[in-house]
Amino acid sequence: MPASKNHKRLFRNDLIFIAVLFVLVSVLGLCFYLSHGEGDEVVVTVDGEVFGTYSLSDDITVEIRTGEQGKELNLLVIKDGKAHVETASCPDGICAGHKPISRKGESIVCLPHRVFITVHGADKKEEPDIIV
Amino acid sequence: MRPSTKKIAMLGLCTAVALVLAYIESMLPPVFHAVPGIKIGLPNIIIIFILYRYGLKEAAVVSLVRMVAVSFMFGNLMALIYSLAGGFLSMLVMVLLKKSKLLSVVGVSVAGGVFHNVGQILMAMLFLGTTELGYYLIVLTVTGILSGIFVGLCGAIIVKRIPNKLI
Repeated sequence: MPASKNHKRLFRNDLIFIAVLFVLVSVLGLCFYLSHGEGDEVVVTVDGEVFGTYSLSDDITVEIRTGEQGKELNLLVIKDGKAHVETASCPDGICAGHKPISRKGESIVCLPHRVFITVHGADKKEEPDIIV
Repeated sequence: MRPSTKKIAMLGLCTAVALVLAYIESMLPPVFHAVPGIKIGLPNIIIIFILYRYGLKEAAVVSLVRMVAVSFMFGNLMALIYSLAGGFLSMLVMVLLKKSKLLSVVGVSVAGGVFHNVGQILMAMLFLGTTELGYYLIVLTVTGILSGIFVGLCGAIIVKRIPNKLI
C-alpha cells in the first residue's frame, strides 16, 4: 500500500532528523565543555553594562540592586568556589532555582531584572598548559 | 470568505483546551531542577492539531491568543515577549517543514520544540546584549527534542482519532 510505504519513509526521516539534531547538540556540548574549564571570577552585568566583578575564591554575598531606587534585588552568593543566586525579588524566581555555577561560560540569567551573571577566566594572560 | 460558525466555535474550543493545558502544566513540578525554564509545552499539542487540520493561519491565530492569555494569567510582559519570539520562529520552521513533506507530525513537532527555544534564546541575547547563552541553548535543545517527540506523538494521535466531519 502506498500510504503505509509513505508513512514508513516519513518515520525513517523523523528518526534521521532527530538523530542528526542529537549528534549536532552533543558535539556542540562537548566542544563547549572541553573549551570551558573552571573559571576564576564572576562578572555581573545589568542591562548590558558591567555591574561588578567578583573572585570565585572569596566567600562573599553581593546585593544586585536594580529597578527604580534599587527596589528589585538578586542576592548573589559566592561560596566554595561556586556562585549562585540565593534569593530574588522577581516573580518567577528562575535565577534562584539555578544550580551553582563555576565553569567558564556558565551563566545565570534573571530576565525580569535583566541581570546576567557569568563565569570568566582571570584577566591575566593565560599560560598555556602544554606547547605542542 | 467569512469563516463558518462551526469553525469559529471549534477554534475557540481549541484555544480553551490549550489554556487549560497551560494551566495544568503550570501546576506540574519543574522537570529538571538544574536548568530552570524547561517546559513540556502541552498546549503545543493543540497547536500541532490545528496546524494539520486547518492550516498556518488558524494555528498562528490560536497560538497568538494562547500566548497573550497565558502570559497575562500566569506570567508577565517579559514572558510574553519571549514566547512571541519563540512562537513565531517555531511556527515558521514547522510550516516550512510541513510543506516540504519530508517529516511526519513528530519530526515537525521536534523542529518546532527546538526552534521555540532558539527563538527565545535569540530574544534573550538581544535583550541582555550578550552572546554567552550558548550553554542554555545546548541544554534547551536536548529538552526541546524530547518534549517535541512527546507533543508530536500526542498531536499525531489526536489528528488521527478526531474524525474529519467533527471539524
